[in-house]
Amino acid sequence: MPTHIIKPVMSAEEAVSYVKTGSSVMVGGFNYGGIPYTLIDALAESKTGDLHLISNDTAYEGVGHGKLVQNGQVRKVTASHVGLNKVTQSLFNEGKLELELVPQGTFVERIRAGGFGLGGILTPTGVGTVHEEGKQVLEVQGKRYILELPLKADVALIRGYRADRYGNLVYFGTNRNFNPAMATAASLVIAEVDAILELGDIDPNDVVTPGILVDILVLKGDSHYASRT
Amino acid sequence: MLPVLDDELVRHRIARRIALEFEDGAVVNLGIGIPTLVSDYIPEGIQVIFQTENGLVGAGPKPEKDDLRFIGAGGRCLSTIPGASLIASDFSFGLIRGGHLDSTVLGALEVDQEGNLANWWVPGKLVPGMGGAMDLVSGAKCVIIATTHCTKKGGAKLMKKCTLPLTGAKVVSMVVTEYAVFRFTGGRMILSELAPGIDLEDIRRATEAEFEVSPDLSEMLGCEKEQ
Repeated sequence: MPTHIIKPVMSAEEAVSYVKTGSSVMVGGFNYGGIPYTLIDALAESKTGDLHLISNDTAYEGVGHGKLVQNGQVRKVTASHVGLNKVTQSLFNEGKLELELVPQGTFVERIRAGGFGLGGILTPTGVGTVHEEGKQVLEVQGKRYILELPLKADVALIRGYRADRYGNLVYFGTNRNFNPAMATAASLVIAEVDAILELGDIDPNDVVTPGILVDILVLKGDSHYASRT
Repeated sequence: MLPVLDDELVRHRIARRIALEFEDGAVVNLGIGIPTLVSDYIPEGIQVIFQTENGLVGAGPKPEKDDLRFIGAGGRCLSTIPGASLIASDFSFGLIRGGHLDSTVLGALEVDQEGNLANWWVPGKLVPGMGGAMDLVSGAKCVIIATTHCTKKGGAKLMKKCTLPLTGAKVVSMVVTEYAVFRFTGGRMILSELAPGIDLEDIRRATEAEFEVSPDLSEMLGCEKEQ
């Protein structure tokens, strides 16, 4: 998709048509908060499959991106916690879903590494646990760290509060969570927002995600959770 | 024999004791279960800043009207105290790993005498994922464990050696149960407080871990406030 300075505003259906079969897809959100519900509903409707879902969790059964897992659209999940969604856990147990579990702080730092051009990060998290297995452990200044590799994706579906025409984003409440990091780490970034304002209506001091990272804007819909978050 | 205590008494006794551990201005993260009760018992004159790892520094109690745009790590709606700040997950875990979090309070499946903690997965059961627990225990200055002394079936939770997959190796600073308080210093597990009426020999029998007894062993703080 070509780069525009003024960001195209699309319907959720049109926007998610850029998610292709086999894509890796980052989805913002933590528990109920900060999920791009309208985009997810459209993606669930599209039936696009074989996805690698990269998200902190898989929400709940029938909620948000829990629907993608339930529909069988997901081949692999990279997450820190899937305990809220029994379907994810069962599909993994039955060998129908690949699951990569990552400590939450490591998860977001790997995304940051992907988005900010780092070759990896060194973290003390997980040293001496099963998470260390199969990974390179380095000692730096007398302390042991796990080398964690960058995470990137083809598409990021994120949730902002308000955007301007350039795609500059501000966030609201605890909806921010993984969204700003994911906006840096995907080839195509689609942001669902409450409102799209004219240039100058967002104070540059308040911008969290610069518009140069965002490709497509979609207004949130009025589904149960989209309207409440 | 250790007395059988009411479940609610157990939960609140543990929470009340842990709430006495914080200095004024401490930054604290509370896990789910018993740890969430700790905020109800912060003594007068002490202000604690509660951090939730999904991006709030300065979490307040449940608001009158639920707003899903402000939730805690367990998914429950929270208020923001005056002076709170909202941050992204990378910043939040930066605070946790970077030594800016004074204490984290978590539950446990097992703790052993070396201060190893297992609280995220029982192999053979559905795997939930570690969430933020591994980061919290590796980063917080003080790792406080809130747990019943034994499992529901009466088995040991305070072990010689953890049998379950670890959340963190040698990370535990303190364990508070309904019967006793243990502290970990220099690789040693030390019994420092006993609840009223609890016999040391009974505690030894209910504790698989080998521990030392503090020369300053005292009655468990906070129990005097129980109704």
